[in-house]
Amino acid sequence: MHIVYPAVVAALLFSIGVYGVLARRNTILVLMSVELMLNAVNLNLVAFDVWLGDLLHSGQVLTLFVIVIAAAEVGVGLAIVLALYRNRRTVDIDHLRDLAEPADPPAETYEEAPADDRLVRSAAHSGGLTSASARADSPPGADLPAGDSPGAAPREGGPAGPGVPGDGLTGADAPRPDSTPRRTNDQPAPGGPEGGSAVRGDGRRVDRGGDTP
Amino acid sequence: MTEAVPSYLSPTGQEIIFLLLGAVAVGSALLVVTTRQLVHAALWLVLTFGALAGCYLVLTAEFVAWVQVLIYVGAVVVLLLFGIMLTRAPIGPSTDLDSRNKVTAAVVAVATAAVLVTVVIDGFRMAYSPLTPGAGAASELGGSIFSTWVLPFEALSVLLLAALIGAIVLSRTDISGNSGGSRTDDPSAPSDPSEPGTLRRPDASAAPPGGEAADGPHRMDGGL
Repeated sequence: MHIVYPAVVAALLFSIGVYGVLARRNTILVLMSVELMLNAVNLNLVAFDVWLGDLLHSGQVLTLFVIVIAAAEVGVGLAIVLALYRNRRTVDIDHLRDLAEPADPPAETYEEAPADDRLVRSAAHSGGLTSASARADSPPGADLPAGDSPGAAPREGGPAGPGVPGDGLTGADAPRPDSTPRRTNDQPAPGGPEGGSAVRGDGRRVDRGGDTP
Repeated sequence: MTEAVPSYLSPTGQEIIFLLLGAVAVGSALLVVTTRQLVHAALWLVLTFGALAGCYLVLTAEFVAWVQVLIYVGAVVVLLLFGIMLTRAPIGPSTDLDSRNKVTAAVVAVATAAVLVTVVIDGFRMAYSPLTPGAGAASELGGSIFSTWVLPFEALSVLLLAALIGAIVLSRTDISGNSGGSRTDDPSAPSDPSEPGTLRRPDASAAPPGGEAADGPHRMDGGL
């Protein structure tokens, strides 16, 4: 048997499958075309297994594996198609464009605008937190000379006192879990991770300001 | 392998049968991608798979041929027919089966075929192997699978199980929307959406019917 014959048949089948995938609109017909392409690969595998005379029969074993994977693929693919049909009442690929990129630039500016707004709001929010935390922490820390630093930083960093900046950094790390619940008690408004990051960043900034004088 | 290649002008009986079966396979595959009736496409697919099984038989791959008949003709095509029926496809000829880029698809396919056939003929013109019967029998393949290819075989069985569970979860409507509803009730519930979903059917009826598959993972992230 000339190996060219199965190879050419497989090439033609694969090309027909490519045409079907590209030209068909119905999802089930696209799945059928994918099956055609997989069968072309299977024919190649069997033919070259025969040609090479592999003692392990790797070509035919791989053909069996491809058949099994194709069956699993069709099962999951048809389940997806049915879920699609339940939700959309269509299996037409040309109409399913919800994941396509929006082609018009106004959509991009609409996407940009809330992000800028959120940035501005978070910046103002962190500033407000700084003043609020300083105000809230000044009564317990009022006996200390560093009045502008929050109360948590002198309480932890007080024994370290006029330490090196390395001590100041550890002091800045330590009071953070102590100070964050109180601030969230003061301002319960901040939403989720954004407020947490703002509190953390502003805590670091305040502690650094307390160390420098 | 490449020595003493017989002439192409005097084909053997095996080659003639293979070429006839290959012509049937290619012709019915063309009808699969060009017919205007969905059900006919599935039936032409049966003919393609059957002709390919005959090709495997000629190539002495008997076990692969029968597995092809069992799984492709028996399971895959039936599954596709069920898909056609469940999506309420029109039985008669329908005009909107082809997309607008049909010409582009034809050009791409013809270019692919030209390149592949040219390369294959150029590369394997001198390849020839005599066919020895029994090389692809079930005993040979079984011994090979269960001695050398055991690990891929086991991995493939796990993949089949995962595909089975995935298909069931995707296609049942009373599972996915229910996990989000029960999650809000008891947050300590284990993340097993299939088992409590079958028990709490009233929640599924209370959930909105559309978009529940999209709501399920999102609510699961929120719960976690």
